Amino acid sequence: MSAAAAAASRARGGIAGRLIAIGRWSRANPVTAAGFAIILSLVAMAMLAPVVAPFGATDLDPTSVLAPPSASHFFGTGTFGEDIFSRVLFGARYDLLIGFGAVAIGLFLGCSLGAVAGFLGDPFDEVIMRVMDMLSAFPGFILAMGIAGALGPSLRNLVIAISLVNVPIYARLMRASFLVVKESQYATAAIGVGAHPLRILVWHLLPNTWTPIFVQATLQFGYAILDAAGLSFIGLGVRLPTPEWGVMMSLGIERIISGQWWVSFFPGLAIAVAVMGFNLIGDGLRDLLDPRRR
Amino acid sequence: MLTYAVRRLVLLVPVLLGVTLITFTLTRVIPGNPIDQLISPLASQQERQRLIHQHGLDQPIYDQYFTYVRDLAHGDLGTSFTTSQSVLKDLVSRFAATFELTLYAMLVAILIGVPLGIASAVWVNRWVDHLARVLSVSGIALPVFWTSLTLLYLLFFRLHVLPAPYGRIDPGITQPRHITGLFTVDAFFTGNWNAFRSVAEALILPVGVLAFVVMAPIARITRSGMLEALESDYVRAARSLGLSERSVVLRHALRNALLPLITMIAVVYGYLLGGVVLVEEIFAWPGLGRYVFDGITSSDYPAVQGFILYATTIYILLFLVVDMLYMAIDPRIRTARERR
Repeated sequence: MSAAAAAASRARGGIAGRLIAIGRWSRANPVTAAGFAIILSLVAMAMLAPVVAPFGATDLDPTSVLAPPSASHFFGTGTFGEDIFSRVLFGARYDLLIGFGAVAIGLFLGCSLGAVAGFLGDPFDEVIMRVMDMLSAFPGFILAMGIAGALGPSLRNLVIAISLVNVPIYARLMRASFLVVKESQYATAAIGVGAHPLRILVWHLLPNTWTPIFVQATLQFGYAILDAAGLSFIGLGVRLPTPEWGVMMSLGIERIISGQWWVSFFPGLAIAVAVMGFNLIGDGLRDLLDPRRR
Repeated sequence: MLTYAVRRLVLLVPVLLGVTLITFTLTRVIPGNPIDQLISPLASQQERQRLIHQHGLDQPIYDQYFTYVRDLAHGDLGTSFTTSQSVLKDLVSRFAATFELTLYAMLVAILIGVPLGIASAVWVNRWVDHLARVLSVSGIALPVFWTSLTLLYLLFFRLHVLPAPYGRIDPGITQPRHITGLFTVDAFFTGNWNAFRSVAEALILPVGVLAFVVMAPIARITRSGMLEALESDYVRAARSLGLSERSVVLRHALRNALLPLITMIAVVYGYLLGGVVLVEEIFAWPGLGRYVFDGITSSDYPAVQGFILYATTIYILLFLVVDMLYMAIDPRIRTARERR
């Protein structure tokens, strides 16, 4: 597509050129661009929460409890008189952090294990991959429930639980990529010119294994937020009064049948938007990076 | 085929052992002493020691694991702290409620997802395809507990077309006589139409939200499988022989798109087992998910661990069934495996 055009505008230099390039790229990939726009605004929301939010995340207003959305409380107020709009803004910090933490840890552990298995071969390969098989024998959410339940409910344990569940995904991808690139001609060439194995690993093999893992990580970012919210929703994750979206929604269960829909509606919408953003990016990247799909 | 099934069942043993090892480890890293769950904090030191000994917690860790596995082999998943019943009994008694929910959700998802996937492959980039894509993305992104609560507000609180979320049947209506444990089936065969109506109404929303989530991957995998099949040589051959488009799509292409679809169905059933925990909590559904939720909130770890082991075993067995189906459907796989 516009690789040549992008290169041309980069050659023109400056911020203007770069903006033009981004604009062209967005027009060619509107869906992916929308995904990026969603996530960037969520990040901005998280960073600017203390400035933008009209109330603090744990400010309680006893005079307006369970008030419907209004000009002073855009998303209404909750059971304790908390401002839901402000809490949704602050919630972006926690949920993005959880997603990032879970993906980063899962990615690190999974890629290391997969690389060791693929690069060193048996017996490491056999042992590591059998353990991964066992981990993936569990339905994902249920294993995360077990780990989070065993470690006890907290932000840190929530991140650990979700990242561990995803380790096998990355390990498999990494190993598979390694098995392919290990046999490639450029690897043989590097060995031929006498390069150090570590140099081959870092400079020649790793860069060629990123694509599928990068795509997967983007998709998993969204699912991690979804799973984290689910675990918090059933009381296995972040605890009140932390303004995390899932735990905020759990406050709405009893409220929905008495008609206070806003308590759980807006936090849930925030989760959906975030997950959708990462999904659009992930799908778009897959189509962009996988030459067979173009 | 039979020898293959037996071999697969034997190979299941190490996997299940590995699973027990993980669940066992999880039970052992629980913060706090499990004894504290069983005993009053005022109990004497002697009494504590007696209980610790009684539960084998003074044994070396590998002995504890062997005891755990031995008990499991005897069908003993431990005793629930809250119901004081054997966990296995609790799980079995709640299984039917969850099974009914997930079964219908799966059926609805397949009945809508597969035709949707086929249609979007046949008419790529037409409105059906776009509709399917929108449904898929929202099915994946919308949290199941959010759709549950929002639809509950709309259909129960606003429009009064569906009953309040009070479980499998209106509390004012007597349950149908127990035959299978599936209320719809029981009510149907006993001719208890009053109960049948109530059961069906209670099922609509939880089944709908679960089906909406699982429909997305089913429609996606059908679409990509069909796209691949429709571009293949055998479809071109079938077309050139003058077969009707209907026959080409539904008989020749669909059959080849079936394999990945079956795997996907097994995969999403695993998701259903997790999602059901969230949905049952919202709809006060007296199934496994509710049981495990109560187990979590009351720190009833044998119940939680028992559920995890139970759900995982079902999940693994399901994949065995999938492999058997593969062999039944695809002659290439059948011969390849039997020769081995």
